Amino acid sequence: MSRDSSYQAVMGRRAEIVQRSVGIDYARYATGAIAFDYEGLLADTGYDLEAVRAVQRRTAVGCTPLVELENITALVRSIAAPGKGARIFVKDEAANPSGSFKDRRASLSVAEAKKRGYPGVAAATSGNYGAAVASQAAKAGLRCIIVQEAFDSQGIAQPEIAEKTRACEAYGAEVIRLSVGPELFYVFLHVLEGTGYFNASLYTPFSIVGIETLGHELAEQARERTGRFPDVVIATHAGGGNVTGTTRGLRAAGADRTTMIAASVDLSGLHMASDRDFNRKSFTTGHTGFAIPFTTWPDRTDVPRNAARPLRYMERFVTVTQGEVFYATQVLAELEGLERGPAGNTSLAAAIAIARELEPDRTIVVQETEYTGAGKHPLAQLNLAKRMGIEVLRGDPRDDAPGRRIVIPEHPSQIAIAEVDLDRVRRSYLRNALDSLPEGVRLTDIDLDFLAAETRTDRTYVREIIDGLR
Amino acid sequence: MAEPVARETWVEIHRIVLAPGERAPQVPEDTRQVPLEMRTKGFLVEGAAIGEDAEIETPTGRRLRGTLVAANPAYTHGFGPPIPELSTIGSAVRRILREWGGEG
Repeated sequence: MSRDSSYQAVMGRRAEIVQRSVGIDYARYATGAIAFDYEGLLADTGYDLEAVRAVQRRTAVGCTPLVELENITALVRSIAAPGKGARIFVKDEAANPSGSFKDRRASLSVAEAKKRGYPGVAAATSGNYGAAVASQAAKAGLRCIIVQEAFDSQGIAQPEIAEKTRACEAYGAEVIRLSVGPELFYVFLHVLEGTGYFNASLYTPFSIVGIETLGHELAEQARERTGRFPDVVIATHAGGGNVTGTTRGLRAAGADRTTMIAASVDLSGLHMASDRDFNRKSFTTGHTGFAIPFTTWPDRTDVPRNAARPLRYMERFVTVTQGEVFYATQVLAELEGLERGPAGNTSLAAAIAIARELEPDRTIVVQETEYTGAGKHPLAQLNLAKRMGIEVLRGDPRDDAPGRRIVIPEHPSQIAIAEVDLDRVRRSYLRNALDSLPEGVRLTDIDLDFLAAETRTDRTYVREIIDGLR
Repeated sequence: MAEPVARETWVEIHRIVLAPGERAPQVPEDTRQVPLEMRTKGFLVEGAAIGEDAEIETPTGRRLRGTLVAANPAYTHGFGPPIPELSTIGSAVRRILREWGGEG
C-alpha cells in the first residue's frame, strides 16, 4: 500500500472508501437539508419480500418456528391479577444456520457482494452478525474478514465475543480482534481499502430489507395459530435494525395494528468506549449503550445513511435489568426446554412484565432467540462479572446498578419494565438533527415532513419542538 | 530461550495500532491512556520464536506482520462453575406453577 495509512489519512478517505465498499451513492437520495428518500433507498435494493425469501431459502435462512411458551404464560397468569395474562410466543431465530436472526441481515449483503463481483466481504461487529456474515460467505465461496472489539487492556476477552471469534473462525473467516475503542472503524476502513471487499454493514438497506421476512413470517404464523395477528411484538433493541425490519415486515403482512415494543437492557452509567467498563457489561448487545444513541441519531454508523431508523417504528421503548434477563433465560430453559443465549431474552423479560397487564386472549410475540454455548451464556457472564468485582445477588431487581451490582429477581413478580419516555427521545433526536445542519442552512418543508416521519409525529410537533430548541 | 515455532503453524500475532498518544480525540480518559491493540491469527510464513517479529498468512490470504504471541492458540472461553444465584430459579418457578394449579 503506497497510500498513507495513518489514522488521520484513512479517516480522511472515509467517504470514498465507504462508497466503493457498499456500491451505493447515498448523495443521490438527498431531498432536503436533512431529508433523504428513505423508501427509495430501500426500494433500490431491488429486493421485494419474495426476492428476499428466494435468497434466504437457498441458505436455509428463515422459516423458523413460532413456539408458544405455555408454561411461562401460566407462570405469568399465576402472578397476574385475575383475568390477566396474555399468551406469549417466541420466534425461535436460533434455528437459523449460524444461530440468530442476523443470518437474515447477512444474506442479502453477501448475495449482493457475490453478484457484483466483490472478492470478499468484511464487517465490523463483535456479535452474532459476524458469525452470520462468515456463514453466508462460506456458502457463497467469498472470503470474509470480521473486525471485533474483543478484549480490554488487561487482555481479558469478553466471553461472548470470544465465542464469536471461534464461530467466525469455524466458518473460515479471518478475525481481527482489537482492544477497546471507536478507532475500530479506522482499522475497518483500512481493511476495506486494502482488500476491496464489500462492506457488509449492519446498516445498509440490504441488511434491513433482509429482516422484513422475520416480521412477515411471525405475523402469518401467529394468525395461523391464534386466528389473528399478534397484538404485541417485542424486539430486543440495540442498533435499530431489528425494530425497523421487523415492523416493516409486519406491516407488509397487513398487521397494521400490532404494537411494536422495543426492549433494551439497562446499562446506563457505563461508557461504551471505556476500557474499564468494557468487561463490566454482562451484555454485549441489546442494551441502552447502543439503543439510546442509535434511536436518538441513527446516522452514526459505517455508512452515511443508516437504513435502520427505529424511532419511525417503535410505539413503546422499555428497559429491563441484566438480572431480569438472566432470570428469564433460566426460566426459558427450565420451563420451556429452550436453552437460548441471554441477549435475545431481553424481550422475553419484557414480555413477562407486559403480559401481566394484558387480557388472556391477547398475544405477545417475542421476536427472537439466539443460540447459546460456551462464553455466550449466563454462567460465563456472571462468572466474569464476579471476577471483575461486580456483586451478584438475589433480590429486588430495582436495586440493580450496571457495572456494580447485578440483582437476580427472587420471584417472577419482581420482573418489571421501565418505560423510556419517547417524547424525550424525540426531542433528543430533533436536537441532534439540528446539530447536524450546516451553518446557515435552513430547514425546508420537505425536511419538516422527513423529521415528522422520523419521529412518528407531524409537522406541527416538529416545528414546535425545533422552535423551542432554538 | 524460546523454542522456534515451525512455519505453517497456526499462530497469533499482536501489534499496537495506535499508541496512547495517538488515540482518537473522542475516547474517554481511561481508554486514552492505553494503546489500541490488535490480535490476528494465521499460518506462520517463516519459523519464528514467541516474542519475535513474524509474518502470517491469514485465512483470506493476507500477509500481516506482528509480534508472535502464541502457537496454536487455545479457545479458553467456557462456562465456569455453576452460579448459585441461578441454581434455584427452576425449582422455584415449578413450585409456583404447582401451587397455582392453573391451566398451565
